[in-house]
Amino acid sequence: MARHDVKLWSALRPHAQGMDTVSIEANTIRELFTRLEASYPGMAPLITQGIAVSVNGTLYRDSWDTKLPDGAEVFLLPRIQGG
Amino acid sequence: MSADTRYTGQEFKSVGTRPLRPDGIDKVTGRARFGADINLPGQLVGRILRSPHAHAAIRSIDTSKAEALPGVKAVITSADLPDLTDGNREMFDILDNCMARTHAYYDGHAVAAVAAVDAHTARQALKLIKVDYEVLPHVTDVDAAIAKGAPVLHKDCFTRGVEPKPRKASNIAYRSEFGHGDVDAGFAKADVIIERTFRTEQTHQGYIEPHACVASISPDGTGELWLCTQGHFVVRQHCAELLGLDVSKLRVTPTEIGGGFGGKTHVWAEPVALALSRKANRPVKLVMSRDEVFRASGPTSATSIDIRIGVTKKGRITAGDATLRYSSGPYLGMWAELGAMTSFACYDMKNVRTVGLEILVNRPKTTAYRAPSAPMAAFAVESMIDELAGRIGMDPLEMRILNAAKKGTRSSYGPVYGPIGIGPTLEAAREHPHMSAPLGKNQGRGMACGFWFNFGGQTCTDLNITPDGSVTLTVGTIDVGGARASLALVAAEELGIPYDQVRAVVGDTSSLGYNDMTDGSRGTFSSSMATIMSARNAITILRQRAARMWDIPVAKVIWEAGCAKAVGKKYDNLAPLTLAEIAAAAPKTGGPIAGHNELVADGAGVSFATHICDVEVDPETGRTQVVRYTVIQDAGKAVHPTYVEGQYQGGAAQGIGWALNEEYIYGEDGRLQNAGFLDYRIPVCSDLPMIDTQILEIPNPNHPYGIRGVGETSIVPPLAAIGNAVSNAFGVRMTHVPMSAPRILKALEEAARDASEVA
Repeated sequence: MARHDVKLWSALRPHAQGMDTVSIEANTIRELFTRLEASYPGMAPLITQGIAVSVNGTLYRDSWDTKLPDGAEVFLLPRIQGG
Repeated sequence: MSADTRYTGQEFKSVGTRPLRPDGIDKVTGRARFGADINLPGQLVGRILRSPHAHAAIRSIDTSKAEALPGVKAVITSADLPDLTDGNREMFDILDNCMARTHAYYDGHAVAAVAAVDAHTARQALKLIKVDYEVLPHVTDVDAAIAKGAPVLHKDCFTRGVEPKPRKASNIAYRSEFGHGDVDAGFAKADVIIERTFRTEQTHQGYIEPHACVASISPDGTGELWLCTQGHFVVRQHCAELLGLDVSKLRVTPTEIGGGFGGKTHVWAEPVALALSRKANRPVKLVMSRDEVFRASGPTSATSIDIRIGVTKKGRITAGDATLRYSSGPYLGMWAELGAMTSFACYDMKNVRTVGLEILVNRPKTTAYRAPSAPMAAFAVESMIDELAGRIGMDPLEMRILNAAKKGTRSSYGPVYGPIGIGPTLEAAREHPHMSAPLGKNQGRGMACGFWFNFGGQTCTDLNITPDGSVTLTVGTIDVGGARASLALVAAEELGIPYDQVRAVVGDTSSLGYNDMTDGSRGTFSSSMATIMSARNAITILRQRAARMWDIPVAKVIWEAGCAKAVGKKYDNLAPLTLAEIAAAAPKTGGPIAGHNELVADGAGVSFATHICDVEVDPETGRTQVVRYTVIQDAGKAVHPTYVEGQYQGGAAQGIGWALNEEYIYGEDGRLQNAGFLDYRIPVCSDLPMIDTQILEIPNPNHPYGIRGVGETSIVPPLAAIGNAVSNAFGVRMTHVPMSAPRILKALEEAARDASEVA
């Protein structure tokens, strides 16, 4: 299973002891969120509410099956609203 | 998502053509049905009583006289919309906004509603409702709201996003921060640093069709709702939650939409109409007046932005820092956060920091407006880029090209970009004849870039082959800008049939699975993806049926140019079977033929635009006229280029109105002073030149046809492009939008006075 340095936007950091990056083993967005919730329970409400996941610069919604390729940059961001 | 949605580089026959729009005749002859055109037998007229106060506690509401008025069938207050939100703050805010509970938070906040046999009776009934208000101090200005001593809207509002949690309540609901690098170190490397504060006033989307709906709830608990909206599935979800209905029992049917631009992504009067219908046991029609739309639907934020940018003498940006304060109305939004994310997104910056502050004020709930929050941030950043270029004697276009973000750049909001398109829009601007055209007296030219995210989301479509071989395509995303034509083109392309053999319609909530709303420039991007997959699923069945008709293995049947063809030496003498022939045989070969698809569309890709603008300013009056305007934007693949151009032009037109005229004006009493199109002036045709467009087609690698969303980005650059043009015409830097005639005249007079003092 690939290990990723997952970067957090500012709203998530208080739930990860102030860290802006956490190391998580995950092959998919589902595995990423499951492990994040296990390690940082304070993130759970935000994950439930909906988080956008940037994988190598492309924004994805939180669709579980989305793959996280080896070496991919994973960045968690607020879910965007549009007009 | 299991479907392979990668771009394949296929050649197109239908996609990229410009057929007539399918809704055109109905719209120009008045046959198209909008929200207010729906009528039901026994229908009542709904009207809403609104607070005249910007901020007040509601001590009591006496509805007895209104209820006693002959012809009144129902009167409701918040008591008829009990709180069923179970601690969900976002849903509670929607509920409270639809019908005030303990407090009225803005001029126009709904406090009660009636349903009566006619409009006259409904209006009379509103006058008979007695509301006992305790008027409270109010604040409508974004900066005043965080000044010492400002009235605090919510005593339980402690700024989120700040550690440790503040001990005092305030109107700063949320703080967000983005960026990377060392901003102080970056500024230390700068040769020139400019620091300014920019302000933009609150504007409305200005859709021509007011919110309108007809609601009907039966005694058995089932309901129907017809309305103009950008997202009928979201409306169903919100209304069902707020009224305690099973989602499946509420059927929502969207009408044609007379503009939305983000303003129709929420519910306003619809839960009220449903509650009135439930109480009256009759259908209720509720149409907001223009005054109500301005006072009580959702405009965009007013903003105040402090910004600082440093550059080297050679034009390289060394650091950028911005604090963005966005008004959010009385409820928390993510508007400053979006401003903070988008502000520096066009540029490759080693050191950048943006802080967003969501500010609560006694104004209507802020709502999305086309690339929400990005235009105001771009106004500040793009104005500064031009000013910095001028200060170091560099062409602003070349400075933008030098600093443009590219593949591998860490974006200001965090992730590293993949392939992106700002560079090509700037290169196209450099080559565009507009850039070198001569200017007349009192004219100036400006340019600006813009960024928006774009996204996809939950989507499903249903493609049915009818008995005569023509095709119906049912989609769940609202057609706000020509999606039905574009999606019919996509279906025709995939099936290999003529465009006019496909009819695309928007289905109601009972005919399709859940679809996210049409926002984030996602309508054509997402539904085209699902349409392609639906068509491919239908083709699989068509091949099976053809194989059955020929009695050959399905592996020996291909789909080509709208026909099933048998392949292989043994079968290739068989005449192709047309779609019509296979459809006609369907009753005997297995029944109806259809293709469905459900997916989460992803990989929309970020979007960039570059605009060029010429203005002419009357130095005696300050009146500014846009005399030439050019939009350059990447569409990935323009499915129907005319509609793409329309989106570019529409975004620019709205941005021009925002830049020059439009603003919410509040009096000292906290009441909106210009709630109508006479006093809130949006641009009309005679105000605008023909807006020129240049469509770039850099395929989106994440879409089978390379399509990108195009609906929003072109509202982002106009504020700054016009500000830069005015500055280049007269040497005055405009920092306050709208750049109305009085503001420009004042700036010109101040500049003249300063010049005479120096002399």
